Amino acid sequence: MDKPLVKPLIDVKDLTIRFETPQRTFDAARGVSFTIGREKVGIVGESGSGKSQTGRALLKLTPKVATISAGHMRFKDTDLLAASERDMRKIRGNHISMILQDPKYSLNPLMRIGQQIVEAYRLHHRSPKAEAREKALAMLESVQIRDPERVFTLFPHEVSGGMGQRIMIAMMLIPEPDLIIADEPTSALDVTVRRQVLTILDELVTRRGTGLMFISHDLNLVAGFCDRVLVMYAGRIMEDLPAKELPKAQHPYTQALLQSLPRLDAETEELKVPVRDPSWLDGPVYRNGVLA
Amino acid sequence: MTDKAITSPAIPTAQPTAGLGAWLRAPVPTSPFHARMQQFWLQWRRLRANGSALFGLCVIVFLLIAATFAPLLATHDIFEQNLATRLLAPSTEHWLGTDELGRDVYSRLLFGARITLYIALLTTVIVAPIGLIVGTTAGYLGGWVDTVLMRIVDVFLAFPNLILALAFVAALGPGIENAIIAISLASWPPIARLARAETLTIRKSDYIAAVRLQGASSLRIIFGHIMPMCIPSVVVRVTLNMAAIILTAAGLGFLGLGAQPPSPEWGTMLSSGREFVMTSWWIAAIPGTAILITSLAFNLLGDGLRDVLDPRHG
Amino acid sequence: MKSPMKPTRPLIEAIGLSISFGPLHARNRVVDDVSFRINKGEAYGLIGESGCGKSTILRVLSGLNGDYEGALTLNDRELPKKRDKDFFRRAQMVFQDPYGSLHPRKIVEKVLSEPLKIHGFDRHSERIAETLDAVGLGASFRYRYPHELSGGQRQRVAIARALIIEPEILLLDEPTSALDVSVQAEILNLLKRLRVERNLTYLMVSHDLAVIAHICERAGMMFKGRIIEELTSQQIRKSEAREDYTREFLQASVEAVERGPEVAA
Repeated sequence: MDKPLVKPLIDVKDLTIRFETPQRTFDAARGVSFTIGREKVGIVGESGSGKSQTGRALLKLTPKVATISAGHMRFKDTDLLAASERDMRKIRGNHISMILQDPKYSLNPLMRIGQQIVEAYRLHHRSPKAEAREKALAMLESVQIRDPERVFTLFPHEVSGGMGQRIMIAMMLIPEPDLIIADEPTSALDVTVRRQVLTILDELVTRRGTGLMFISHDLNLVAGFCDRVLVMYAGRIMEDLPAKELPKAQHPYTQALLQSLPRLDAETEELKVPVRDPSWLDGPVYRNGVLA
Repeated sequence: MTDKAITSPAIPTAQPTAGLGAWLRAPVPTSPFHARMQQFWLQWRRLRANGSALFGLCVIVFLLIAATFAPLLATHDIFEQNLATRLLAPSTEHWLGTDELGRDVYSRLLFGARITLYIALLTTVIVAPIGLIVGTTAGYLGGWVDTVLMRIVDVFLAFPNLILALAFVAALGPGIENAIIAISLASWPPIARLARAETLTIRKSDYIAAVRLQGASSLRIIFGHIMPMCIPSVVVRVTLNMAAIILTAAGLGFLGLGAQPPSPEWGTMLSSGREFVMTSWWIAAIPGTAILITSLAFNLLGDGLRDVLDPRHG
Repeated sequence: MKSPMKPTRPLIEAIGLSISFGPLHARNRVVDDVSFRINKGEAYGLIGESGCGKSTILRVLSGLNGDYEGALTLNDRELPKKRDKDFFRRAQMVFQDPYGSLHPRKIVEKVLSEPLKIHGFDRHSERIAETLDAVGLGASFRYRYPHELSGGQRQRVAIARALIIEPEILLLDEPTSALDVSVQAEILNLLKRLRVERNLTYLMVSHDLAVIAHICERAGMMFKGRIIEELTSQQIRKSEAREDYTREFLQASVEAVERGPEVAA
């Protein structure tokens, strides 16, 4: 594939997220730079690597104690750094949607699912109720919910985790965003359900040309699902490469992560445990297989 | 070997040179006692950072000192009546004035602190263990034990605290010891409720399942594993209750069912000052203020302890 | 472990195990007529999705839940529904969540000395030191509280607690699913090593096929409360499954998206 000449959706340079509490100061992200086009980009890292905070920083949803600074942080032509809270509200939901790990916490437990989708729709489109309902049913159908009329009247606790997550995806896609940030959207799901949800997500994203930022701890999953992978460690992107090239990763951390996974296709007596080299903290990083 | 994770990131980096501070800050505790002291120290540091709790603690410490050294600090005999000096306003001779029988209010207040603390401590010593044992046993064993114990608790809870205490004192006869018993009988049920609620969540946890799988007996689990988890919230609750206990004791005294005159119990003092409120305000106001400040201090301390001892903070 | 079909009698056997929950009028059968046998020194896995009953079986076998039908035997003797102390000495469990399975107010030493006291072991201090060493934690961890430890270190303590009374059987309930991959690798290596060193028998529950294939020789595929098929780790690796559901599960574990990712490329 040629290098796309179109402008990326997200262009971040030297993003730093600093947490300052009376006890200590630490940086969740240190000089993170990346771009996301209309593609599926996976951000992989272990807990505490800063991957989730990076995703949240794009929507300025980091906790209050955190300060964001960057060379630039742009969404299309909007400067996110300069955007006011009001501008951000317009961007969130309208242009960038977020899917979280557990739909249980993202759906209002006291409201019927249909009503929630209708409301989400009417928030962004001024349209009569009947039309919104029509649209919501169509949306449910597009995430392969077989009996949308019935699901429409259910409460969130009456649906399974997989269906809840599909409903979330439906809701997030209604405003037809340009970018979806999915933070561990499938880690609470079983493998077969996970595959179902990812298949739907993949199809919708590809068909609509939506950009996807897929945050996960699961390297295998990201490798199979995404087009490009960013590997984060201690607040930095250690490696940025096409998912297909992952076996040829250059950074020792990426290699170690890959080797630490038990594999199905080959038997290993002892798994490689990544030996964390302190020099990685400020050492070289790789982009597309070459030093960046 | 795979043990590369020997250095824990939780170690504070500041390395003081020697002494108690160094011992408390040592990255690797060398004995169970050492580990416990380090925890206390951390909790103390958290408490110290909480201004209002520290204020509460200071007031209570001050009160303890006042009560302990009351005979030294008092300026007059608290029982000596002198009708020539009755109803005197605060002055250099009588710092907080005199009451209707000419007794020095300041001295009586000091001795009254003894009675108040005596009531507060004794009820705690009675209430906390009963509440803990009943609550944890009911919560852990469940079934009919739970049903029986909790219905008893419900019966006690059905009456307002003061009314129940009143009924007990009426049955037992007035007096400070009986007041303590009555207050204790009225105030253990909420503690039992609390302990039971805590136990219900604790018993489902994996660490309790783990000791069960080690073959531990119910007794061992309740006393060795569940109670230590309940103690912090019970301590907090008791501290917060202390204000209510002091007020109930004062109320009983005020109604003439607690400490009997001429005992310098604050509630009794307040009660006898009632008649003179319009002319000699200090007789009622000063014990009243003492009750207020003490209750407030216990409340503030309890609030602070809740933040410090909450198991969620580790 | 070349021949799992030795003529010896199994160490653990479940015969027609059924487990139900809920009130009498609305019993919900979670595990339905499950039978399996585990030989001494073997590692047996139970795989399946959440709610398939795999963890329920583990809890029943461990003795946490005594409400079941059917029989469980240890060394050919049927286990009483209310397990005795001797059983607890021979079979120990490691839980999924290392943050929830250690008492928050007890230092590591206390956690490890408790089982020694219960079962009347001698040489407490030495045993604690030895076991901490065996799980790759040094003496410096002895007087630590759980909240001072990382997830991997806590799981090591939990494994040490299980091992300190020298059991023959270790029941493992998703022991690595709450951990990061690199820490998972450490713990899996540890479990593999300990099994050889101490001649342990494992029953491991997991939803992660790769983990099961790595640790276990044999595994039962569970679906809706039944073991629908038993596979060896070789069969898992080669995707040799009889049942459709197993094939689907194997497939879903290997690739993230149906049809493969070539659409995007």
